[in-house]
Amino acid sequence: MLPAISVVSAAILAYEVLLMRLFAIVQWHHFAYMVISIALLGFGASGSFLALAQGWLKPRFVAAFAVNAALFGVSALAAFALGERVPFNALEVLWNPGQLLHLLMLYLLFTVPFFCGANCIGLAFARYGEQIGRIYRYDLMGAGVGALGIVAVLFFVPPSDCLRLIAGLGIAAGGLVCFASNDVRRRFAAIGLLAAAVLLPAFVPQSWIALRFSEYKGLSMALQVPGAKVVGDSSSPLGLLTVVRSPTIPFRHAPGLSLDSAIEPPPQLGVFTDGDALSVITRYDGRLDALGYLDHTTAALPYHLLQGPSVLVLGAGGGGDVLQAIYHGARRIDAVEINPELIALVRREHAAFAGGLYDLPEVTVHAAEARSFVARGQALWDLIQVPLLDSFGASVAGVYSLSENYVYTVEAFRDYLRHLEAGGFLAITRWLKLPPRDSLKLFATALAALEREGVAVPQERLALIRGWNTTTLLVKKGALVAQEIDEIRRFTEQRSFDLAYYPGMRPDEANRFNVLDARHFFEGAAALAGPRRAEFIERYKFDLAVTRDDRPYFFDFFRWRALPEFLELRAQGGAALLEWGYPILFATLVQASALGAVLILLPLWLGRRKTVPHPDRARILVYFLTLGLAFLFVEIAFIQRFIVFLGHPLLAVAVVLSAFLVFAGLGSGAAPRFVRRLERRRETAGRLLSRLAPLDVPVLAIGAGALLYLALLPALFDWMMPWPVAARVVASVALIAPLAFFMGMPFPIGLSRVSERVPALVPWAWGVNGCASVVSAILATILAIHLGFTAVVGIAVVLYLAAAAVFRAPLATVGGGAGR
Amino acid sequence: MLEDRWRRALALCAILAVLLPGTGWALDEDGHAARRADMIRVIERYAFSAVKALGRRRIDPRVLEVMGRTPRHLFVPERLRGEAYDDRPLPIGYGQTISQPFIVALMTDLLAVGPEDVVLEVGTGSGYQAAVLAPLARRVCSIEIIPELARSAGQRLEDLGHAGVDTRTGDGYYGWPECGPYDGIVVTAAASQVPPPLVGQLKPGGRMVIPVGGPFATQWLMLVDKLADGRVQTRQVLPVAFVPFTRRSP
Repeated sequence: MLPAISVVSAAILAYEVLLMRLFAIVQWHHFAYMVISIALLGFGASGSFLALAQGWLKPRFVAAFAVNAALFGVSALAAFALGERVPFNALEVLWNPGQLLHLLMLYLLFTVPFFCGANCIGLAFARYGEQIGRIYRYDLMGAGVGALGIVAVLFFVPPSDCLRLIAGLGIAAGGLVCFASNDVRRRFAAIGLLAAAVLLPAFVPQSWIALRFSEYKGLSMALQVPGAKVVGDSSSPLGLLTVVRSPTIPFRHAPGLSLDSAIEPPPQLGVFTDGDALSVITRYDGRLDALGYLDHTTAALPYHLLQGPSVLVLGAGGGGDVLQAIYHGARRIDAVEINPELIALVRREHAAFAGGLYDLPEVTVHAAEARSFVARGQALWDLIQVPLLDSFGASVAGVYSLSENYVYTVEAFRDYLRHLEAGGFLAITRWLKLPPRDSLKLFATALAALEREGVAVPQERLALIRGWNTTTLLVKKGALVAQEIDEIRRFTEQRSFDLAYYPGMRPDEANRFNVLDARHFFEGAAALAGPRRAEFIERYKFDLAVTRDDRPYFFDFFRWRALPEFLELRAQGGAALLEWGYPILFATLVQASALGAVLILLPLWLGRRKTVPHPDRARILVYFLTLGLAFLFVEIAFIQRFIVFLGHPLLAVAVVLSAFLVFAGLGSGAAPRFVRRLERRRETAGRLLSRLAPLDVPVLAIGAGALLYLALLPALFDWMMPWPVAARVVASVALIAPLAFFMGMPFPIGLSRVSERVPALVPWAWGVNGCASVVSAILATILAIHLGFTAVVGIAVVLYLAAAAVFRAPLATVGGGAGR
Repeated sequence: MLEDRWRRALALCAILAVLLPGTGWALDEDGHAARRADMIRVIERYAFSAVKALGRRRIDPRVLEVMGRTPRHLFVPERLRGEAYDDRPLPIGYGQTISQPFIVALMTDLLAVGPEDVVLEVGTGSGYQAAVLAPLARRVCSIEIIPELARSAGQRLEDLGHAGVDTRTGDGYYGWPECGPYDGIVVTAAASQVPPPLVGQLKPGGRMVIPVGGPFATQWLMLVDKLADGRVQTRQVLPVAFVPFTRRSP
């Protein structure tokens, strides 16, 4: 039974991770996050269901486990196949309430697999109450392997085929549990299920689960153009790359191109990541004149202030900004790109087309995450370029407003500034939004970073310009001099770009070419640079507060007080003013909390005649609620803490999540022995130890460990940053292990006690924990947006202490003995 | 007896089946006319808040008159006809949308089309914008990149008798020089770039209007004016009146 639990658990977690990947590809909106969050309430629903049906199911444990495991496998595939046929259009929700019905259908569809999977584990807890510690160990360790496994598998297997694998695992878990039985019929069933685990997923037609991109994604639109065709793709957990050739109607991708430019970009190959975020590989034959158009973009400005600079491009993509540097005669170019597959496209598959761009003598390409690359190195550059990394469409739709971003934080700016030569420039280009958002927040971030570096007059070092759809911010290491300001003026004048800020700029110099109804950019930048910065940020209807590593939500501009106005203006053509991310996150929290409450209360209400009223029910509720919340708070906050250190968000998720789950699993397995030993010692120990309840020790260890890490990790990370990646992974696991070990204990200790005293409430407690976990993930993000991840960890410690306090007094016995 | 009753019921059904579509059509047309009038009232109301974009408080009555008689329901997929006069964008397939009527009215107004003008449209889509422009201009030339949309829009415009509209499939980047030069150019496809060659085909004094944003949300409208001396000036206007900061309390 225990291996089957591990397999089911691994499959469930792998499915959750895979769904995020699949939704990122086919949809690309926060609604995907909403669907997955709500679907995970299948865990809560399972607890409620088992609480009511356990009497019938427990004697039929093997069959019930096998059926649910198999159903998980089948529904994991079916939910995705059917979900793709639900015509949900996230972009239309604001206009068409009917879309909410489609959303509801998606909720229901994706809840089914999680419900079935959770039934297996909940049923095991209910049936084998005396083995809760061991079951939880296999559950967590399976989940840990699942999280790590799916990330590894995604490097080799296309995402839709991973679905087959997960379906097979689910069905196989059903076979495994039957196989452990001595009954001949069950052995036959086991053989049948194991055969089905291989055959069924293998024979599902590809067309059922083929990825159907939203028709509004860039890739779908590009492929509508006559003659456009996919000429290559590659998939990894970092994204699905699709290369498109469009010979009839070329891409002509040149963000921020001046209307004055008469030069048409050379032929380009479009590279879409997850069907969007267009980057291009531009044909390069060594002739610089063909690249002249690049000089007519706002991003070209710093090259007019530097002679033959050394350049660091953070986010090189298909090489557009590397070409820009080459065009302007950069003497050394370091190009950092997070996705090695994208580098391979330029360097290998399309090397001839790209003119061997990434192998030119002056170019060095690094496969790394931008922020981490800068933090780890010692080199200095004359120019650090942070180009546009996201697509215009995604930017307009606010798609990234909930993603953590460590490239635009105050700490990131300080890292960049420290790696600039004296007189060097940091240049950041963003899509233009009206009214201004990104550009002003970056401006404020630059000021904050310079102030932190002890610069007395940071305003002297900044310049901001805008074209009709991009803005470029310059931050100089040193004060801008008159000659440079003249050059900035000349550059903008010649290209019909507008000046938005430079030290000493006159108001009448703003808003001349791309005329707005007011000098929004100049006035905003001037206000931020002046003494009334705080007041301006307070009065602005979008959130311009600078982001830090502790609260890395750069793209979140939402403010509650502006919501009524946005909703009123929506129909009048103001739909794009509303920043979606936060309201959807909040709506997800409200829905998950309400549904969770229903799922928790429902079995109590339905079973009120059957179950004996129990005075300790509230304590059990609070205990498993707080544990569910606290565990994920710590886990999520630590994943974030390790992102820059490990150098990659994906690596951080895989390493930190797996380490937490595996070591919590080990802690869970050790919990019964730990409790027994503590009980024995208590009899002979002094007063202090004898006052400790079994739960107090792990909870105090968790509290002390988490708070100690908060204090020590920054210094430890700084020290270990230059280590090679393998050493950093080992160090991360070693750091997480003791904390996770103790975090694995409170749940099985509590559940064992429930099982001893009130066995009928075991599935319910499991359901409460499931609901709390779902709410926890959403709440952690909301708390991090407002208070930061440090506060999230602090709150988690308080919750653990509360759980321990609630559970100090013994539970009364109801229903007799351990749950069999 | 029973059989008789069934037979009569069947006959009645048959008669209704013949008659209903006719009456339904008539009712439909009345219904659509009433809804069109409602749509115009909504546009007039919203125009008050677009004063910064328009420079005045109302949409040109000629534009409203044309939109008041253009059967928008024939430009949307059949299943969405009931929503054709709601003031919202609707999907028309191929990842494209038909713009929100208020935005169509605003863009047409901003283009300031005269009866002798030649107008270029880049992105025919369903053909609705061209159908609104046609009665206001001498000639409308419209280019669509997606062949299926170009074909169906061309057919639709022809069926509705818009003789002054020429459509073709092709690359909007280079415009349609044979048809120009233009007094006005409207790029109805949501654009992330403005093709510079289009500026060249604009007459001095002419204007280009471009909605910038995603498929279901226009971020802003871009107006490109070609001055008499050939220089270009652009304006970026929000479709709504919006001040990005709260006023200081007195």
